[in-house]
Amino acid sequence: MKFAVIQFPGSNCDQDCLAALNGIAGVNAEYVWHKKTSLAGYDAIVLPGGFSYGDYLRCGAIARFSPIMASVVEEARSGKLVIGTCNGFQVLCEIGLLPGALVRNRGLHFVCDLVTMRVEVADSAFTHGCAQGSLLRLPIAHGEGCYFADETTLRELNERRQIVLRYATVAGRIDASANPNGSVENIAGICNREGNVFGLMPHPDRACEERLGSADGLKIFQSMIETIVATKARAA
Amino acid sequence: MKVKVLVTPKAAVLDPQGAAVRDAMQHLGMPEVHSVRIGKYLEIEVDDKTPNLDSRLNDLCRDLLSNPVIEDYEVVK
Repeated sequence: MKFAVIQFPGSNCDQDCLAALNGIAGVNAEYVWHKKTSLAGYDAIVLPGGFSYGDYLRCGAIARFSPIMASVVEEARSGKLVIGTCNGFQVLCEIGLLPGALVRNRGLHFVCDLVTMRVEVADSAFTHGCAQGSLLRLPIAHGEGCYFADETTLRELNERRQIVLRYATVAGRIDASANPNGSVENIAGICNREGNVFGLMPHPDRACEERLGSADGLKIFQSMIETIVATKARAA
Repeated sequence: MKVKVLVTPKAAVLDPQGAAVRDAMQHLGMPEVHSVRIGKYLEIEVDDKTPNLDSRLNDLCRDLLSNPVIEDYEVVK
């Protein structure tokens, strides 16, 4: 099974993503430079965290025009799984594969922490290895992770069950004390309407080994792998 | 010619940077300041003989210079 990890100038979690994925049996993850124009042959696409193009103008605003992005959009529209973590989430919002936008953290500070989030949708392509309402511990590290969407978009996200992860207290409550960045409705991760594109500010790539503080990131990658296996089996 | 573009956060979008500057202004002796919103100002040197300049500039503002989800823009010549 082949994963593509896109490298933009300024990506800095590309190595984390590659190491985490290649640590999983049966997975072969490769870098794909942003100037490439094809993603044929890959089963899934990862947009890693970092500071693509120095975060100039807005986070992800320039990366969305990288040559590889036309192919990312094409593969996403064809149903391939696409995951964007941190800066990757920002790029997916900028290019319109996911609704809303990520703005400066409410507290203005860059937040680097291990946080708790609740799985709101446990039958998604990215979380079906988790129990509904279960808690994940994943690291965050961002200055612009405050998710914003207008009221209409928020209503649609809720109605269509696209809000996959919400920041929660260790007791599983969704409240302001658990919100690290001011995101509306404590949103930590959302998927598109079709359910094959997922963006989240936390880093599953930095939490795939217990010795790193959490291995919960594996649940997300394993869910993706099982989805791909099931999709291939159906197609065969 | 020089084209100026103003990019401003939409009213519904939180602007913590503006709020911090407002607080600083109040502390520095201007309690009458109610609100500060911070946007971006761009100066663009462009050949004014270019065909369809206005519409192309607007496309550029919509697609690159601003994010319509969170920002408005204004082109000033």
